[in-house]
Amino acid sequence: MTELTAPAAGADAPQASLWKDAFRAMARRPDVLFASLIMLFVFTMAAFPGLFTDKDPTRCIGREARGRPETWFRGEHPLGTDAFGCDFAATIVHGTRPTITLALSVIVLSVLIGMTLGILAGYFGGWIDAVISRALDVFIVIPLMMGAILLLSLFRGRGSSGNLLETVAPAAIALTLFGWMEFCRYARAATIETKNLDYVTAARCLGAKDRRIMFRHVLPNAVVPITAIVPTSLGSVIVVEAALAVLGIGVQPPATSWGVLLSNGTQWAGGGYIYLFGIPLGLLILTVFSFATFGDALRDALDPKLR
Amino acid sequence: MNAETGQASAAPEPVLQATGVVKHFPVQRGVVFKRTVGNVRAVDGVDLELHAGRTLGVVGESGCGKSTLAKLLVGLEPPTSGSIKVLGQEIGGLSARRIRPVRRDVQLVFQDPYTSLNPRMTVGDIVGEPFEIHTDVVPRRERGAAVKELLDMVGLSPDHVNRYPHQFSGGQRQRIGIARALALRPRVLVCDEPVSALDVSIQGQVINLLERLQDELGLAYVFIAHDLSVVRHIADEVAVMYLGKVVERGAGAEIYGGPRHPYTQALLSAVPVPDPALRGHREEIVLQGDVPSPIDPPSGCRFRTRCWKAAERCAEEVPGLDEGGGAHEAACFYAEGRDVTRAVK
Repeated sequence: MTELTAPAAGADAPQASLWKDAFRAMARRPDVLFASLIMLFVFTMAAFPGLFTDKDPTRCIGREARGRPETWFRGEHPLGTDAFGCDFAATIVHGTRPTITLALSVIVLSVLIGMTLGILAGYFGGWIDAVISRALDVFIVIPLMMGAILLLSLFRGRGSSGNLLETVAPAAIALTLFGWMEFCRYARAATIETKNLDYVTAARCLGAKDRRIMFRHVLPNAVVPITAIVPTSLGSVIVVEAALAVLGIGVQPPATSWGVLLSNGTQWAGGGYIYLFGIPLGLLILTVFSFATFGDALRDALDPKLR
Repeated sequence: MNAETGQASAAPEPVLQATGVVKHFPVQRGVVFKRTVGNVRAVDGVDLELHAGRTLGVVGESGCGKSTLAKLLVGLEPPTSGSIKVLGQEIGGLSARRIRPVRRDVQLVFQDPYTSLNPRMTVGDIVGEPFEIHTDVVPRRERGAAVKELLDMVGLSPDHVNRYPHQFSGGQRQRIGIARALALRPRVLVCDEPVSALDVSIQGQVINLLERLQDELGLAYVFIAHDLSVVRHIADEVAVMYLGKVVERGAGAEIYGGPRHPYTQALLSAVPVPDPALRGHREEIVLQGDVPSPIDPPSGCRFRTRCWKAAERCAEEVPGLDEGGGAHEAACFYAEGRDVTRAVK
């Protein structure tokens, strides 16, 4: 056994596994830590808006409308006021929760639906694949925007009671219904590629059940392309939500969201009130960036060769 | 489970028995309404028998059905017809659920050690996976120790459990594959060209490992290869395949010393002569043409289209393995022993 080397590592080292090693590899990357800080900040804002502002975003004084933030981050209105005299900082902070809830629920649901259907279609093939693939084709033909508009028109005019679920659910359902296809296609392609590999045959030869092969061998391969598209989808969900808000069928007032703020802000950005547009945009970019960094790092960490 | 099978080699019942095994893959045309336009006759009536502690070498050129035969023997593909018995139990027509317990007794070693190990799993997870599938073999707490023992058995350091496959060389990876196949203590190991992807220097090490394991565990091997010298070294018995059929079968020494079937003679005459002084002094048989398509094989003897002995009878009748009644079985009407490996000045 001349090709063997004597290792120095302790024999009692804990059993490593893909996900444990991946987590450890990610924790060592500074860009991941930075991205995690941004995500932590955004999530705290969504969970505990009271920590960041003591103002009520619905208490608006017309007299104070479009007050530029003279004293940045201090004073009566840390980020100035918007077109209706509401405190802008409070508006942003209170708009975070619907935004994040909507974006995350759309992404999580889309990934779950898309990956499940994609892996099933790719793994079993035959009529299951035929049914899922044809359904996919039908949904892909309908543009996200149009589908969402048509579906949300059903909920139109119901107003909002301020309840988070009622505020977000219609938009979340509509966007998920027309947003899962991309994940499904990537998962299906990765599954078809994986299922004929020798190591899957080896697992089958050992007597592994379909479920085990799908979770242990196929899923980690299918996650790779998904991690690459989740961050961009996250950004596009927030932007589409803004477009729906312009049409009055997205998040219903008095609840607000970054998308609503963005679309309102564009009207004033040209008139010197660039902060009304720039601050929500900056937050959106930072959030998408942190998800992108995280997804990228996760993909690298899941590939032992790159570690 | 069966570390004591070394003594069982005297038992009359074969550990693996295939009778008239046929595997056809339908060739289909059409998008919506599929119609079968023909069959690829990958394996077309193969009989073989393997006893504990013995090695059966299966040789043949690419595309002759060797790998399909391997998949049939381990139950990965159901045979179109015929019977495959593992320890006397039929696996040919079993459902996926019923076949699972039998899987433990016959395992597969793959050709390519670079694709047969999941790159995202640690060595410990790969070798330990059989225990997670068959949870009753080793209790959960003892699995870590069992994995280390397996690694030790195949000549790897037990400390390598937390490494990933890409950190190993080809030979080491093949050892990991062997350790995984051995985890369930099988009686039969089907090795599908286990060394053809390795360096020649490493091939020897892996072959020696397989021989040592056979002695220690009483394993029976089906050793599929196209490298005739490797088979000569390891096999007790040799079966030569051509286009889905066994054309000659017998003890290793008999086949190599006096092949009777024209195809075997041609195959063996192509083995390189290890002595440069004797090069060119051996009778070489060069076959004409290509292997016919397995979708539409020739009538009668399948080798007749390339055979220099072919007569009219060969086109009309299918020769059985018992033709001629020589020292060992050969499926040829005009079989005669002929030493083609020796070169003389």
